[in-house]
Amino acid sequence: MRKIYLPLTEEIRESLRAGEEVLLSGKMYTARDAAHKRLYEAIKKHKKLPLDLTDNVIYYCGPTPAKPGAPVGSCGPTTAKRMDGFTPALLASGLAGMIGKGRRSEEVKKAIKRYKAVYLVAVGGAGAYFASKIKKANILAYKELGPEAIYELWVENFPAIVAIDSRGQSIIKE
Amino acid sequence: MRKISTKKITDVVSRLVLKANFSLRKDVLSSLKRAALSEKSPLGKSILKILIENARIAEKEGLAICQYTGIAVVFCEIGQKVHVGGDIDKAINEGIRLGYKKGCLRKSVVSDPIIRKNTGTNTPSIIHYSFNKSDKLRLTVLPKGFGCENASKVFMLKPTATEEEIIESVVGAVKEQGADACPPLILGIGIGGTLDKAATLSKEATLLPVNKTNPKKHLKRLESLILKRVNETGIGPAGLGGKTTCLGVNILSFPTHIAGLPVVVNINCHALRSAESLI
Ligand code: SF4
Repeated sequence: MRKIYLPLTEEIRESLRAGEEVLLSGKMYTARDAAHKRLYEAIKKHKKLPLDLTDNVIYYCGPTPAKPGAPVGSCGPTTAKRMDGFTPALLASGLAGMIGKGRRSEEVKKAIKRYKAVYLVAVGGAGAYFASKIKKANILAYKELGPEAIYELWVENFPAIVAIDSRGQSIIKE
Repeated sequence: MRKISTKKITDVVSRLVLKANFSLRKDVLSSLKRAALSEKSPLGKSILKILIENARIAEKEGLAICQYTGIAVVFCEIGQKVHVGGDIDKAINEGIRLGYKKGCLRKSVVSDPIIRKNTGTNTPSIIHYSFNKSDKLRLTVLPKGFGCENASKVFMLKPTATEEEIIESVVGAVKEQGADACPPLILGIGIGGTLDKAATLSKEATLLPVNKTNPKKHLKRLESLILKRVNETGIGPAGLGGKTTCLGVNILSFPTHIAGLPVVVNINCHALRSAESLI
């Protein structure tokens, strides 16, 4: 399986093909509904974002609290389509990839193509498995949102499947 | 009369919360293993393998199989020769609260469907009571995630509906939202009664072993036709294609009114979690 080291540069993105399985290593960020809403509002108001989106990957996930000694608890992906309304704005601001589960809207698909980004799918409901791929976790922003805060995650060999590639090709069954 | 204390009930419920969330049901695990062998799509196969590995890690590390640990549905079957000293509702909910707390499990219940403030305890649970003649008490805890609960559907069909119409309704529900409900799915179907009866039956049907078949011939046939048709959709594991869209279908039925045919399909993700105990 192909190993990818984050950040996800344009060169890597353009080489990924829908249907390809990859193992990701490096740093990614979590954000789900509430964090998306805040990032989106900040972009609209031209405010500074708490993270640089350029070439970075957002994982749609709200990790569960860790047991003592572990970096995080179970942390599988959440349904991507709830972020659809916010995603094009984030992509326009440099976001390179998203990891989630399930289908995306036509607008998101178009934006992925326009900005040469990628949408990867992680297996939904495999929270314990993904926990074992996370080496370190830190809260980066919006701490008050609890599990919905933005975390920095350092992952090693995190498996994902390219579901929509930078050419707009998709393998998701409609 | 056999006495059972409320403390005992609380203890058992909190243990069941942990068991259901950490150890995948054996019948679900073995059907995942069977599917991993028979799945033709290489991608589908590797997804099924991840799910099997996930169950192993969850059990070993005491981690939630899926972090979306749902709202707890509790089935409480009370023998008529049992006397519970105290408030049984309270005892069950206390067990739920403790279990979710101990297991570091996500609390996902809001106190009011409109105002939506998290109760912080994952209570109240949804409790279904029933009675039998024994001197025992059976408790079953089913943590239900909403990714798949939201994909579930009620159909109030015409009494003259054909077998094909029933199949089409169920397959239609899966096609509409099944891809986002973490397939491979397990379907619990309630047929007959009233709207509420069919819904309860559909939930009870998810407690049956995945590959159990209905003793009634016509319902067994319907189960296997639905399974076949759902798998022909090609949605596949994680919605990325393959022949394993559904691991099993269980139907429960009840007499109904001459003028109607309620059908409820309760869609479950592959993380179908439940645990029971007989006190
Ligand atoms: S549908 Fe099931 S497996 Fe998927 S995220 Fe929800 S609870 Fe987890």
